[in-house]
Amino acid sequence: MSASTSPAAGSTAGDAGQAVPAIRLRNLTKSFGAKGFNETKAVDGVDLDIRQGEFFSMLGPSGSGKTTVLRLIAGFELPTSGTIELEGHDVSGKAPFQRDVNTVFQDYALFPHMSLVDNVAYGLRVRGMGKAERRERAVEALERVQLGKFMARRPAQLSGGQRQRVALARALVVEPKVLLLDEPLGALDLKLRQQMQIELKELQRSLGITFIFVTHDQEEALTMSDRIGVFNNGKLAQIGTAHEIYQRPTGAFVANFVGTSNLFGQDVATRLYNRGSQFVLRPERLTVHWEGQGATHDGATSLRGAVTSLVYVGHATQVRVALEDGPAVVVLVDNDLPEGDALVGRNVAVSWADHDAVWLPDAA
Amino acid sequence: MALQMQPGTRPDPGDAPGQAAVPRARKNSFSALLSRRPGLRLAGLLTAPAGWLILVYVAALAALLITALWTVDTFTGKVSTTWSFENIIQVLTDPVYQVITLRTIWIALAVTVIDMVVAIPIAFFIAKVATAKWQKILVVAVLMPLWASYLVKAYAWRNVLAEGGLLEWLGAPIGASSPGYSETAVILTLAYIWLPYMILPIHAGFEKVPDSLLEASSDLGAKPLKTMRLVMLPILVPSIIAGTIFTFSLSLGDYITAQIVGGKTQMLGTVVYANVGAANNLPFASAVSLIPIVIIMIYLFVVRRTGALNNL
Repeated sequence: MSASTSPAAGSTAGDAGQAVPAIRLRNLTKSFGAKGFNETKAVDGVDLDIRQGEFFSMLGPSGSGKTTVLRLIAGFELPTSGTIELEGHDVSGKAPFQRDVNTVFQDYALFPHMSLVDNVAYGLRVRGMGKAERRERAVEALERVQLGKFMARRPAQLSGGQRQRVALARALVVEPKVLLLDEPLGALDLKLRQQMQIELKELQRSLGITFIFVTHDQEEALTMSDRIGVFNNGKLAQIGTAHEIYQRPTGAFVANFVGTSNLFGQDVATRLYNRGSQFVLRPERLTVHWEGQGATHDGATSLRGAVTSLVYVGHATQVRVALEDGPAVVVLVDNDLPEGDALVGRNVAVSWADHDAVWLPDAA
Repeated sequence: MALQMQPGTRPDPGDAPGQAAVPRARKNSFSALLSRRPGLRLAGLLTAPAGWLILVYVAALAALLITALWTVDTFTGKVSTTWSFENIIQVLTDPVYQVITLRTIWIALAVTVIDMVVAIPIAFFIAKVATAKWQKILVVAVLMPLWASYLVKAYAWRNVLAEGGLLEWLGAPIGASSPGYSETAVILTLAYIWLPYMILPIHAGFEKVPDSLLEASSDLGAKPLKTMRLVMLPILVPSIIAGTIFTFSLSLGDYITAQIVGGKTQMLGTVVYANVGAANNLPFASAVSLIPIVIIMIYLFVVRRTGALNNL
């Protein structure tokens, strides 16, 4: 597999100058259940352009429609309405085997009766490649994921992380235009997951293939992605880079789902800033003043409150403070707190720089 | 949150009226003894079924083998308990019984192949195509014929196959005729009667194949028929063989269907029946009945490596 991005296919339908997106979704809708009768819209009018060679994550809680969008792109489900374009060609009604996209499944879906090399060679076999050549390519692909020496084994003889790599090799060996990954790291332990995150990102960069990665783990999405689409109730709540999503959430849902957020209501905002909309502050942007004296310099705001609990999270401590004139907030304190639980109940002040407040649109 | 309490504020269980303490497990010294002694537990569990198994299965089989080695005095009709291989040699060498044995194997094989061809698509439809609600309905529909008496079904087929029966009426427009009461009729009827025994293990096999495997195959570029051949069938082989063990062995020992719709067709079962009843020659009947037992044992021995025995 070379690192080519097959420009020939992309240029056939290219509009003048503008690069054709790898995937273009227009008003994509998928309903389950009978129409009008217990009908649920799993995907509700999604418009999305995913660029060539991009690592795009679809992030959302379970049931938010992200996996359904992936299955629609793969062709396992057909849309109720709307269109799916793959490099400018409409594939909305096509079967999975007619689409040049491949999937890494959540449960890996390796064929239990085949050896690893047969599993990886399967896609080449059904496309009619000769035995010697497909075997050679499969071995090559297995070696790339460091499993060359296990090629005669069955999937049942592998660990979860190894199966994951086989699934990856099997999907990549057929050189898809877009690789779809459906929560592929969900079953792995934390250490392995972090290692695979780095490997996946590096693989994507070296191959130049578009990756669409579905996850409910916001940290995973933030560390790996070029761009993230946050899903809620079948709709896209926000599309942006990790930085944009984290620093400038466009709504209360995104602010709460991605990272920990301290949401301040309209009443507090009106009192403090004379502005009638919600704002959020990240825990690491808040400062606790243990002596109860708030910040007094310009451009900073402080509120009094009482400490309700301390949670030690290893690299830092989360301090929960119930503010007197505001919500209960979480503050991330990275210095050691030798006094420990004796701090619970103490009256403190919490302050922040005004420019760290992220204002949410009124609609939220 | 309700479960979170400040330290030191744990309520006294006697305090709150109407909120009794969670009951503790009562002491039971017998259960405790069994829990400490796995050997005793196993003995308690297995004594009764093991005794039953030895008495009913092993002893009966041994009795069958021994009886086959006895002979009957043709003049008095009395069983003589002197050992002899006469019956077994006759069953194996007499061309009449050789033909009947081959015919019985042929019928059982034909029934098995027909059931396999019919059952695979039905099982596939039930397990992978039908909605959850229809799956239950269809499984019940497959099982339903088993609730009716075997005799009722065999006699129903006798009517269907009869002169002027349903099959003749259906076949008339296309120039086909009913096979009448014959070997073909036996195969048709047995294939119908044993079909559920083929559908159920294959259905269970399909259920065990995760949908994601089929999706993965399609995703990698395989068209449905290739997915069926390269992914589905290899995984299903043990389940299919499990089904064939049922249909093959049930057909091999059958004698009622052969009598009701078979016309003059003789199967091993009918020979046994005739020797038990009319001829009153139990030793010879035993010798004949050993043939299907040996055939089934050979079949089980051949398929044991496929894992089919774990799918029965």
